[in-house]
Amino acid sequence: MNLHEYQAKQILSRYGIPVLPGIVAETADQAADAFRKLAVPMTAVKVQTHAGGRGKGAIYEKDLKTLRIQGGVKLARSADEARDLAGKMLGGTLVTIQTGPKGRVIHKVLVAAGADIARELYLGCVLDRKIGKPVLMASAEGGVEIEEIARTNPSAILRQPFDIAHGLRPFQARLLAWGLGLSGDPFKQFCAMAHAICRMYVERDCSLLEINPLILTKQGQVIALDCKMGIDDRAIELKKQPEVAEMRDVAEEDPIEHEAHTYGLSYVSMDGNIGCMVNGAGLAMSTMDIIQLSGAKPANFLDVGGGANKEQVKKAFKLLLANPAVKAVLINIFGGILRCDVLAQGIVDAVKEIEVRVPIVVRLEGTNVEKGREILASSGLKLTAATDMNDAAQKVKAASGL
Amino acid sequence: MSILVNKDTRVVVQGLTGDAGTIHGRGMLDYGTQVVAGVTPGKGGQQWECPDGTKKGQKVPVFNSVEHAARETGANCSIVFVPGGAAADSVMEAAAAGIPLVVCITEGISILDEVRIREFLEETKTRMIGPNCPGLITPGQCKVGIMPGYIHMPGNVGVVSRSGTLTYESVWQLTNVGLGQSTCVGIGGDPVQGTEFVDVLRLFNEDPDTHAIVMIGEIGGTMEEEGAAFIKGNVKKPVVSFIGGQTAPPGKRMGHAGAIIQGGKGTAAEKMAALEAAGVHCVKSPADIGRKMKEVLG
Repeated sequence: MNLHEYQAKQILSRYGIPVLPGIVAETADQAADAFRKLAVPMTAVKVQTHAGGRGKGAIYEKDLKTLRIQGGVKLARSADEARDLAGKMLGGTLVTIQTGPKGRVIHKVLVAAGADIARELYLGCVLDRKIGKPVLMASAEGGVEIEEIARTNPSAILRQPFDIAHGLRPFQARLLAWGLGLSGDPFKQFCAMAHAICRMYVERDCSLLEINPLILTKQGQVIALDCKMGIDDRAIELKKQPEVAEMRDVAEEDPIEHEAHTYGLSYVSMDGNIGCMVNGAGLAMSTMDIIQLSGAKPANFLDVGGGANKEQVKKAFKLLLANPAVKAVLINIFGGILRCDVLAQGIVDAVKEIEVRVPIVVRLEGTNVEKGREILASSGLKLTAATDMNDAAQKVKAASGL
Repeated sequence: MSILVNKDTRVVVQGLTGDAGTIHGRGMLDYGTQVVAGVTPGKGGQQWECPDGTKKGQKVPVFNSVEHAARETGANCSIVFVPGGAAADSVMEAAAAGIPLVVCITEGISILDEVRIREFLEETKTRMIGPNCPGLITPGQCKVGIMPGYIHMPGNVGVVSRSGTLTYESVWQLTNVGLGQSTCVGIGGDPVQGTEFVDVLRLFNEDPDTHAIVMIGEIGGTMEEEGAAFIKGNVKKPVVSFIGGQTAPPGKRMGHAGAIIQGGKGTAAEKMAALEAAGVHCVKSPADIGRKMKEVLG
């Protein structure tokens, strides 16, 4: 789960990390008021969305063709200008390299005070999967995507892995600060911030905590100008982060993926025509792969999970069929914990309840497979049985008529 | 022979009295595994009774702690069915009690708790398999996991995989072409694992009864690339591999917490290229795993 910049900054402040004053606006007039309240000569007006690349994106009308404004981060020097910019951004659709062609509708902007920037740095904390530890990263090349620096100039990224039990050591913060060429008071400010970031990463169960850019002002202050914060979904599900969970913005999520999530299903939208329902993430991914190899395209990734019950199978089935692009459905189940008879009954119940307009191919194997096949065969429903994955992929492609 | 578990393995089930513990405790007993103890804090002194199957009515003593269970029963392997919020603590308890092999089935442990487990285990001699895994099985001898037993057959192909059901799929294909398995290990689909491909590849490489290896990877991380490097330098036995997620879009988490292509890294294509460069037989279709192994072994 991701947070908006303004939400992440609220939490940064609580950890003593300096951010520039800012006010969230949902209407153009609120943006003008915000400018007045901030009482500074210049503010930035920044669209609030989880997608990256805001600054370089463009905001369009609903038709996605008529340009409203180029760039999702703009400077305003008066209340009128803030109103005008916010008016163009709010309700528009932002398209960036990360949003895909459909873009994201903008509901909120952040009006934030400006600063005299001397240097733009990078500071971020992520999990290094290779060593199984969090790592604090810093770079003197702030303001660009860290992946971009990793590609073009990897030696410009300084890294300090740390143990959760001990936290970042003081010498590690100093190494990063020297490496960035800081001295004097900014050096001290940076070290304090490095410790605060690592503490926040751990205490808030972050999956990503990134300050980019971290600026050094001409007055010698170190400030977080932007912040990206992702929270581990498991920590949310385990109710370890109730405050952060409250900040969830459903409007930023794919509606079908969100609905699936509320049923305990794992769903990812794709752009093909074969709906798939599979148990287990690995098998679900490889089912998509074999559909593609057969010459058709998967419409989704859907893992009903190991412990799915009849109700969840029914929900999953309805979700699949709600997608108008789906021309045929492939159900591929290798029963382990999820017994084939439970699954079969779920399918039968679902098909009886909803109008099914597409052919369905079912491949069952594993625990209680005989019972499962019997339930499907005696249901009187028109289902095509497949013997293995290859057979299933061929049959579903043929059935889709594509 | 086999790796990690065999007919002498004595298993303690953490969470035996819960729903999942009971279902799979029964499943393991049914397969012939020596389930010698259960642990549920507060239920020490009770007897768990196998609800059905071939071992219906068999009793297993329940203890308050792993330390006590190990002392009384000589358990040398633990399997954890404790829910996500408390599972990390259970793994650490087993390690502190000196259990050399801990299999953590639990799905949904927070990522930082997984990091905490790893930090804790670094100070011990315990190996963890998982979390979020189906466990492991040495066919005909011992099952410490949740996989359907009947799909397996004793033999000489070692299987290691990041997935659960895709492991079953691969094993079933092997069995259907007449190739039995030495041991099958599901290492799990999370970003921080107790045991990685390299660890299991090393064990299979040293096991005289494992003649060939099936390695099932998926998108995300660099564990497959590390496995490829190990194979290139060390493994003479034939390896067949499939990588799931060739069609997965970047930036999306495909069910497993660890299955995500980030910043263009961790794609199936990269992993397959690394494996092929190490002399591994990669198949594009998940339906070709068994057939390919048959072909390679002649």
